[in-house]
Amino acid sequence: MDDLETQNIELQLLLQAIYLKYGYDFRNYAKASIKRRVQHRMTKDGFESISAMQHKLLYDVSFFETLLLDMSINVTEMFRDPGFYFALRKFVVAELKKFPFLKIWHAGCATGEEVYSMAILLKEEGLYDRTQIYATDMNEIVLKQAKDGIFNISRLKQYTANYQKAGGQESFSDYYVAHYDHVVMDKSLKENILFSDHNLATDGVFGEMNLIMCRNVLIYFNRELQHRALGLFFDSLCTDGFLCLGSKESIRFSEYSDTFEDVVREEKIYRRIS
Amino acid sequence: MNNRFEAVVIGSSAGGIKALTAVLTALPKEFPLPIIIVQHLHPDSDSYLAQILGAKCELKVKQADEKETIAEGVIYIAPPNYHLLVEEDRSFSLSIEGSVNFARPSVDVLFETAIYAYRNKIIGIILTGANNDGHQGVKRIKQMGGYVIVQDPATAEADAMPRAAIAATKVDKILPLEQIGPYLLQLVNRSTKKTRYNEK
Ligand SMILES: C[S@@+](CC[C@H](N)C(=O)[O-])C[C@H]1O[C@@H](n2cnc3c(N)ncnc32)[C@H](O)[C@@H]1O
Repeated sequence: MDDLETQNIELQLLLQAIYLKYGYDFRNYAKASIKRRVQHRMTKDGFESISAMQHKLLYDVSFFETLLLDMSINVTEMFRDPGFYFALRKFVVAELKKFPFLKIWHAGCATGEEVYSMAILLKEEGLYDRTQIYATDMNEIVLKQAKDGIFNISRLKQYTANYQKAGGQESFSDYYVAHYDHVVMDKSLKENILFSDHNLATDGVFGEMNLIMCRNVLIYFNRELQHRALGLFFDSLCTDGFLCLGSKESIRFSEYSDTFEDVVREEKIYRRIS
Repeated sequence: MNNRFEAVVIGSSAGGIKALTAVLTALPKEFPLPIIIVQHLHPDSDSYLAQILGAKCELKVKQADEKETIAEGVIYIAPPNYHLLVEEDRSFSLSIEGSVNFARPSVDVLFETAIYAYRNKIIGIILTGANNDGHQGVKRIKQMGGYVIVQDPATAEADAMPRAAIAATKVDKILPLEQIGPYLLQLVNRSTKKTRYNEK
């Protein structure tokens, strides 16, 4: 048995330890990303082995939180993939307008940029007032940031460009107030957003949604966990409800393939048909 | 099958499309290993690189898909704006983790995870580029006992990336661009034949 195999054993034990102690279940995640992140943390903090790190992790909550942030990859942006939001406006909004009341679930919303993007889109399309948005993530630290709606100013130029490419109709600067190095999103955007923690690996159904958005989360799961998450989405959607995945994710090749039709294939917008 | 090598990974950046074309067009349809490539591209670019290379190469070229099983004799390109990782079961996964060495996809991320799957049975190649992405990756490949080829900086459109790789570790071969394809072919053929012979 070589060192790499021994490290695999250590990694497996570490994930087990995290699950038993803190309840976060990473055991069915795609391994390469987790392993790389764990190894980098190990090197950075000068641990000799993953096992040595495990000891620290079991006794030091704040160290666990650091590692949780390493492993959960909370990278996001506003109007990421503008073409996707453009397609939402063009092909989905008209359908949503047929409902008297809307429920939307963002699963894995990270620090919330995606949720505020959606809120802006709904406002401009006249749908916001009849919508309840549920924004969830397993990581409470990022959820708190999402709730605050305060973002670093350095990326605003890119967000503004994204907003315009996504079919934005107003001036993007109407939606925030800028301070020195950060912007505060307009309060009215979060009136109808409920932030709460929800883990796709361990928690249950979130009822009767008209639209579920889960972008760039499934890429971190193995097939088994992807299957579980897609099952949750299927069960949480009303018939005719929409499911939006990330641009490199797909419902095809999964066992739920037959229960969804394509709305905009290239943008991974699907609709539940049974 | 107990070949010396089981996969080729390539990293390239500025000037890379020309360099990749030069290397990959030298390989015949029977080339027996998968070739996995990170070329730095603008985040908004689509799959045009796979199309350009596909039109010129004898080998099949495609953008790597999430969870796709890696096949021999196929050239895979990392999708723009995603890191490409190799899982131990020899399938791909993707990540939108932040830039590594200012790049997404990053050569280091590909190389470091390809080692998990292929161990020492890997050939890493660094071509032209204006940054230092890939230098950690080649170091890890050498630590594991794999093989590293770097484009001769004098023949590179941008020499920073090959130079960083050469400075990071003792690489096996430094070659002018036009010799890399033929050398790779020879290296792989030789090792494949040798083991076949030994098995008899
Ligand atoms: C890369 S971010 C994607 C953010 C956003 N949806 C986007 O596409 O820009 C992935 C998010 O998924 C969350 N996540 C990972 N595993 C999860 C799980 N099992 N349940 C809920 N959220 C999870 C992470 O905490 C992280 O915030």
